[in-house]
Amino acid sequence: MTADPSLLSLLSFGDGGYGGQLLDAFVLTVEISACSYALALLFGLAGARLKLARGRVPRLLGGLYTATIRALPELLLLLIAFFAGTALLASTLQALGFAGDAVELDPFVVAVTALGFIQGAYMTEALRAGFQAVPLGQLEAARAVGMGRWLVLRRIGLPLALRHALPAMGNIWLNATKDSALVSVLGAFADILKASSLAAAATKHYLFFYTVAAGAFLLLSLVSLLLLDVLERRASRGLRKPA
Amino acid sequence: MISLPFLFDQVMPALLAAIPVTLALFGLSAAASLLLGIPLGLAMAWGPKPLRWAVRSYSLVIRGTPLLVQIYILYYGFGHLVPASWMRHGWAAPYLRDAFWYALVALSLNETAYVAELFRGAIRGVPEGEVEAARAFGMTRGQAFRRIVLPRAIGLCLPALANEAVLLLKSTVLASTITVFDVLGTANTLRSRSFRVYEPLIGAALIYIVLVGLLTLACSWVERRLNPQLRPAPDGPRGRRKGYRGGPAVPRPDGGSA
Repeated sequence: MTADPSLLSLLSFGDGGYGGQLLDAFVLTVEISACSYALALLFGLAGARLKLARGRVPRLLGGLYTATIRALPELLLLLIAFFAGTALLASTLQALGFAGDAVELDPFVVAVTALGFIQGAYMTEALRAGFQAVPLGQLEAARAVGMGRWLVLRRIGLPLALRHALPAMGNIWLNATKDSALVSVLGAFADILKASSLAAAATKHYLFFYTVAAGAFLLLSLVSLLLLDVLERRASRGLRKPA
Repeated sequence: MISLPFLFDQVMPALLAAIPVTLALFGLSAAASLLLGIPLGLAMAWGPKPLRWAVRSYSLVIRGTPLLVQIYILYYGFGHLVPASWMRHGWAAPYLRDAFWYALVALSLNETAYVAELFRGAIRGVPEGEVEAARAFGMTRGQAFRRIVLPRAIGLCLPALANEAVLLLKSTVLASTITVFDVLGTANTLRSRSFRVYEPLIGAALIYIVLVGLLTLACSWVERRLNPQLRPAPDGPRGRRKGYRGGPAVPRPDGGSA
């Protein structure tokens, strides 16, 4: 690629530049990642609760969730949710009489839910490992001084489990940002990759615009890595440093 | 709603016929990423500083961007980098026009970074004492590496490599976005031709679940073969080791039994 100054003007925010569109698209990418990650935390907590339950049925359900989701490609799951899932949900709602003829599901909600459900399977494993790493004695000690079950969870269980799970949770966040690129395949979103595709197709500068998209994702990853490092250091501030 | 005859008579045969494409993408990129990733991991662990930094930046850029973007850059961007005549009538033209090779190269370059990262960690994980012991026996650095570090590191990173293999198999579906007719690509074609959404996607899901299951089995078989120390100790003919639960295998200095 030649270092053509006119290429950079394609990124300008004014007339004929794609800067504004790309910035909006980048914001959408961050939104999709953040919302799906928040959902993944909920799915993960529920999944970990199932997997650590005493009964056999909840454990089986939890195992089924993580095993199937982690065996299927993310793109395929997203397509299933987007095409088959919405059709199924719409016809179910209609059959039950909750909805009229035309059910419109917001594609953003569908995509974020699907991504959150996928990341949730990985989150389940991270949180399960985190909870299992909490020394039993500490929980017993908390119970012994008279804390209730929820208080034990809030003050002892959750902070300790999160500290152990934090590196894995950080990886899941990095994957969530990268997986958000998959929604561009659905065609319903102008995320950073789709916006770059459109700009590239309009200007024929494919290499340039896809490199810009890659740069945006790299920026997001690098900033995330820095923040995660700060978080991890904060979470383990009570620990002695290994010599 | 779901038509089983359609699923089994029309969808499944087409999807099964596409499995070789998926497996070719997986197998070739797995081989390429091992061939490239192990030396790069070694360079990251032991190489001279400039080389280490170069490999580390490569790994950061690859792992910090989505594979889908890398595939697009290669597929849509490569044509701008090479003379137009190459694409039309060079000796490589048939390859340059086939999306399969772009997907394969992108998958390989991507996976290489992950394998290199794993292998760097594994080399770091080989206990220092084992290397020192090898050196004390008079092995040169190269011999110690070949006989001790390399086999140990491969053993150490096998479980992580098995995980990585499953992720790679799942990543091959991204090739379908650039018109490669792997299992998912074929399913998408069937979906748009037949206007039926359930059967092609369900068929593809079934195939990927079976493929991932078989791959997981194969990986655990390889792990057991290559990590013999993790196998349960076979009971000897006299059954002397029955009930043995670890602990020092040699007699303690004080003469007591373990």
